[in-house]
Amino acid sequence: MSSASTIEAPSPAPLLELRGISKEFPGVKALDDVSFAVFPGEVHMLLGENGAGKSSLMKVLCGAYRADAGEFYYKGDKVAIASTADAQKLGIAVIFQEFSLVPHLDIAQNIFLGREPKGRIPGTIDRRKILADAKRVLDTIGFDIDPSTTVDKLGVAQQQMVEIAKAISQNARILVMDEPTAALSDRETDLLFALIARLKADGVSIVYISHRMAEVFALGDRITVLRDGRRIDGVRPADVTPDQLVRMMVGRTVDMSYPRNFADKPGEVLLSVKGLTSPTGISDIDIEVRRGEIVGLCGLVGSGRSEVARAIFGADPVTSGEIVFDGKTISGEPDVAARRGIALIPESRKSEGLALLRSVGDNLVVSALRKLFPSGLFDQRSAQRTSDSLIRQLRIATPSARQAVGLLSGGNQQKVVIGKWLAAGAKLFIFDEPTRGIDIGAKSEIFALIDRLVAEGAAALMISSEQVEICHVCDRAYVMREGRIAGHLARAELTEENIVRLGMHHA
Amino acid sequence: MTDITKEAISPSRSFLSQDAIQVFYRLLAALLICAVLAVLSDSFLSLGNILNVLRQASLTFFIASGLTLVVLTAGLDLSVGANVALSACLAGTVIHQTGSPVLGVLTALVAGGIVGLLNGVMVTALRIPSFIATYGMLWVLNGLTYWYMAGETIHGFPAGFRQIGSGYLFGLPIPVYLLLIFLAIGTVFAQRTIWGQEIYAIGANPVAARLSGIPVVRRLLLVYAVSGTMAGLASIIFLSRLNSAEADIGESLTLPAIAAVLIGGTSLFGGVGTVFGTFVGALILTLVLNGMNILSVSANWQPLVTGIIVILAVWLDMKARRRAQ
Repeated sequence: MSSASTIEAPSPAPLLELRGISKEFPGVKALDDVSFAVFPGEVHMLLGENGAGKSSLMKVLCGAYRADAGEFYYKGDKVAIASTADAQKLGIAVIFQEFSLVPHLDIAQNIFLGREPKGRIPGTIDRRKILADAKRVLDTIGFDIDPSTTVDKLGVAQQQMVEIAKAISQNARILVMDEPTAALSDRETDLLFALIARLKADGVSIVYISHRMAEVFALGDRITVLRDGRRIDGVRPADVTPDQLVRMMVGRTVDMSYPRNFADKPGEVLLSVKGLTSPTGISDIDIEVRRGEIVGLCGLVGSGRSEVARAIFGADPVTSGEIVFDGKTISGEPDVAARRGIALIPESRKSEGLALLRSVGDNLVVSALRKLFPSGLFDQRSAQRTSDSLIRQLRIATPSARQAVGLLSGGNQQKVVIGKWLAAGAKLFIFDEPTRGIDIGAKSEIFALIDRLVAEGAAALMISSEQVEICHVCDRAYVMREGRIAGHLARAELTEENIVRLGMHHA
Repeated sequence: MTDITKEAISPSRSFLSQDAIQVFYRLLAALLICAVLAVLSDSFLSLGNILNVLRQASLTFFIASGLTLVVLTAGLDLSVGANVALSACLAGTVIHQTGSPVLGVLTALVAGGIVGLLNGVMVTALRIPSFIATYGMLWVLNGLTYWYMAGETIHGFPAGFRQIGSGYLFGLPIPVYLLLIFLAIGTVFAQRTIWGQEIYAIGANPVAARLSGIPVVRRLLLVYAVSGTMAGLASIIFLSRLNSAEADIGESLTLPAIAAVLIGGTSLFGGVGTVFGTFVGALILTLVLNGMNILSVSANWQPLVTGIIVILAVWLDMKARRRAQ
């Protein structure tokens, strides 16, 4: 907010200007009074941690979200962006990380989807015209390919080109790209950069979200840093160092009212992972967790954190490497890991952690059936006693164990997921974003609970995008980058800056 | 915390009691049908007719009970009827050649079970949707049975064997005893064993079930194998009652079994339903058909009426469940 004046505009008037944009969701202010200007023919880098507000800003730009407050100006005139159609009319197009192409249609059909040139017979498509038009668009972006190729035969980089061609064919003047190089090889990245230079020369503006320092400096004309939904600063690459940028990105303030009693001396090694590699994209992972420890696993979203958790738990296949738990190697499906005492508290608790229509009680005992009923005979009353005691112990706010778990709040649902592993007697708890979508009060309770678990001799591996939480709660942490462990931070080194620095791509 | 107040005001609901209520309504419906039929016809309440209804219902129930477990996991087994035909023909051959009913019964159970297991393998290891896997299996089994029988009929079995389907014990048909036995076994299995609990959990959310440490693949294999074995059991009753085996005896069995499961309140989306409900479903289906026979309504109307009952039952269930949420 401080330094809009420090930037000189590369050309006299901005093409699009956002002033004082705010967007609130229940319990979180995604964007808070953000101002943002795009000048013709510039590459504007958008930088920030997970949850800083980049995606929200992008969605406001393309009309997917409607801003609660703020104004839009296009070439100096006040406009409204209330829908994706509004944004499209202004020439704003977004290339999401997940492409929106129809795989079994060809390139030309994808480019002109919904705008196909009509043939002579009603209901038909003028095939010759659509191919010629597509060829012309592809030529303007320098993509030499037969437009009648079906999209499912294309690689990621080529699909991205088709997305860009589609945007250009809609006369896009502002192209928003969300981590466009994330899935590209070095050579493909070079081609993309060449295309960006070409688009710039044609006067197209690019808003570019990136986590890679190298490309921020190689491509960017200007950089806007977001944090906690606020615009922190706008700078030119020539005026800053990577370290300065990292410092702008971190420094979030979060209420940390939960206590953590750090153990002086951790116990014996409970989990030892060596060289773990999985087809899901993680490779050569070495991790060790001791009893009494909370070990953080951080890195950017998509760096492979959840994949490591799933591979350890047996939910994803393992191609090589060794997992030793409690002195014995472990391999196989999740039921093996669960029986040995590993618990996974997955990120999406509604789809992966709970059976929403079943009762709180049913969900609480589902992992402990074998332990509670070794004879194999299920007894409803005994199960009820177990779930009642867990409900009391974890202070799960529910009228009774018979309530459908889907009717509980996020924090209480998370307690049920944790509770089912308490019942099962798990020794290692792997938490994947344990506080996502949970209000502050419940967060403190969850952390107090994790603290108590490890104090009693269990261990925890905790994935979180909230670096401040990792710093506050963890004994130490591993930082991942692009499917590998990029570094390890001991308690003394555990700062947000260090996490971000290790997690960003520097090469 | 804000959480507590929010939850405290929403009333307590239980899906277990919800299940009990659904079954209760179904029993009421069955009784209502009985009352109407008793008023409309003198012959309905005769002992002979009631035993006949129970025996008819038992045939549907044997197939439908195993199918219920499959449907509880959000799957479907369309091969049960074809399985009955193949198992019956194999068992019939074995009895003819060895003269041993015991070996025949074993053959039917094992053959049915193997077919079910193969369904399970297709659903788990090959990840083919159960609807398609068992639909394909239906054709394969029909093909095998027609090829094996080559238009022949096997008939004439030892008197002892024929007792299974048509004999009486203390005034009750033997299939009715079997019905009660398997109703008890099915209910205990589904409600009172940890495998049953796991089956409900898998049906409610297979991903969460796997990530909760339930051996989903093994449980699914078990469920499909049980469904196949129950088809094998049903084939014994058929064989013994008809005293003959032909390739086409299974063709009219699958759809009524599915109807019994649905009328009984088991959700095709999985996780909701009971074996007892399926029994009541089979009873309602049989009562209606029996009533139409007694009242001399043309048999041509039976499929129409069955269809309407299925749609009505499922619609009422969905309405009740939506209200409960």
